[in-house]
Amino acid sequence: MADVVDTPDLVAPKPEIRAHRRVGIARARSLLGTVPFFAYVVIFLVIPTLVVIIGAFTGDGGFTLANVSALGAAYIVDAFVRSIVLSAVTAVVGAVLGALLAYALVTAKPNGLLRRAVTAASGVLAQFGGVTLAFAFLATIGLSGFVTVFLKDHLGFDLYANGVWLFELPGLVLVYTYFQIPLMVIVFLPALDGIRPQWREATESLGGSTWNYWTRVAGPLLTPAFLGSTLLLFANAFSAYATAAALVSQGNPIVPLQIRSALTSEVVLGQQNLGKAMALGMVIVVAVVMALYALLQRRTAKWLA
Amino acid sequence: MAGLIARRARRQRVFRWAVVLVLGVFFLLPMIAMVEFASRGGGETWRLLVDWPQLSEKYPDLATGIVASLGQAALTALLMLVLLVPTAVWVRLRLPGLRRLVEFICLLPLTIPAIVLVVGLAPVYAWVNYFLGGSSLTLTFAYTILVLPYAYRSIDTGLSAIDVKTLAEAARSLGCGWATVMWRVVLPNIRSAVLSAAFLTVALVLGEFTIASLLHRDNLQVAIEFLGKSSATMSVAVSLAALVLAFIMLMLLSLFGDRRKASR
Repeated sequence: MADVVDTPDLVAPKPEIRAHRRVGIARARSLLGTVPFFAYVVIFLVIPTLVVIIGAFTGDGGFTLANVSALGAAYIVDAFVRSIVLSAVTAVVGAVLGALLAYALVTAKPNGLLRRAVTAASGVLAQFGGVTLAFAFLATIGLSGFVTVFLKDHLGFDLYANGVWLFELPGLVLVYTYFQIPLMVIVFLPALDGIRPQWREATESLGGSTWNYWTRVAGPLLTPAFLGSTLLLFANAFSAYATAAALVSQGNPIVPLQIRSALTSEVVLGQQNLGKAMALGMVIVVAVVMALYALLQRRTAKWLA
Repeated sequence: MAGLIARRARRQRVFRWAVVLVLGVFFLLPMIAMVEFASRGGGETWRLLVDWPQLSEKYPDLATGIVASLGQAALTALLMLVLLVPTAVWVRLRLPGLRRLVEFICLLPLTIPAIVLVVGLAPVYAWVNYFLGGSSLTLTFAYTILVLPYAYRSIDTGLSAIDVKTLAEAARSLGCGWATVMWRVVLPNIRSAVLSAAFLTVALVLGEFTIASLLHRDNLQVAIEFLGKSSATMSVAVSLAALVLAFIMLMLLSLFGDRRKASR
């Protein structure tokens, strides 16, 4: 548009300038169409995020590093370590078992009832779970749960001979695995669907065995997707709150529960923003994990699109 | 070759059933336990569960929670659609340069755990309380952010499948206003994507606990958790009912999605 305006023809500029302005106005009007969306996102997503970030570095007298350095306290470091261990263990166990289940589904009929039911159930358990799953496990292996009572009455086996572990880290590992496996099924199925049967036939026609196929063809292709899904599971477990909140009523073994106690009982003077510092710590961990996930996702998309 | 394939199919079938069986026991056991647990005391709990007047009389908190959750789910689905569909269409048509930014923003809530969001939302909700009062329905605002990633993906996939630009230009050249384009041309074409976004939204909102609990609002999950302290059997029964309901909903979604593909 600009070079038209610059032409030596002196008659032309007037309408051209008007046209130029009209383009500008049209652009502004176009941008206007996105204002509701951006305004909404700023109020309910950007501002809360900024509140956390700024709050983490704010004390009574303005800027301070006290909140962040308070993260070094032993009980908070312990909570982070436990959170990371819990997330890592359930991510790996969930990824392996979930991948097996996903593979079993891929070999089934694509529109069969089995696949459909397992996928829907996975969706429910992975996304909907939360509090309800805590109660499911209370009914199963709680102190008067179905399995606990059955084992005691019929096999004389006391599930909690060495203390009640359901409300501590081992219990959380078990319950988290219960929603991690379904999540793995959901996120790993598309990658498995991308594997073409022709690749296996090609391997066979070249004299390769099943072992060769898995270690030289399917394995390398699926590895980025598998690792990516594992990272997603890690982030999922790390951010989870509801199950733990419903299950654990004494003590705050993991970071989300520490944040809860910081939010609900801000009594310790001068530490009002400690919760925000912990929240910032969580965001950083999840952001790193998700960035790695995005990288792997790009690699996956190259082959299995 | 045929023998090889048959042998492999058989092996895969054995593997499939072994995996499904073992994991099936792991996954079904808690469900069976829930049925058994809630049936203690002679099925009284189940009878109460389907008797709404008596339920709301005996467990008023639970009734409040259920009503609040349904309201939140409906409002969130509505707000999500009003906010997301026009923006997604508009960006595709007029501002393709902004598409990556919008996508980035929509996927951002995935990296911000709900427990973190609630920390930052507390001051924002102080204002919401000031302007709109402390109704549980105000959670809709936070939930719309939570569902953005899932809803956006679904709607974006739907829009990618149709040629929005051509459709909109054709409608515009025939004299339609933008509202008509949106309502009568684009929306009918992405109906199933909109429906699946709405389904996911409803499922997510019905399962939400973190934000409601920490902002001291009512919803289904908060009510279940609260109930767990006084009546264990009832809370287990409601939990199971909620899980089964969600399962039926997703199953319907899967069947519906398939019918659409078949009719194409």
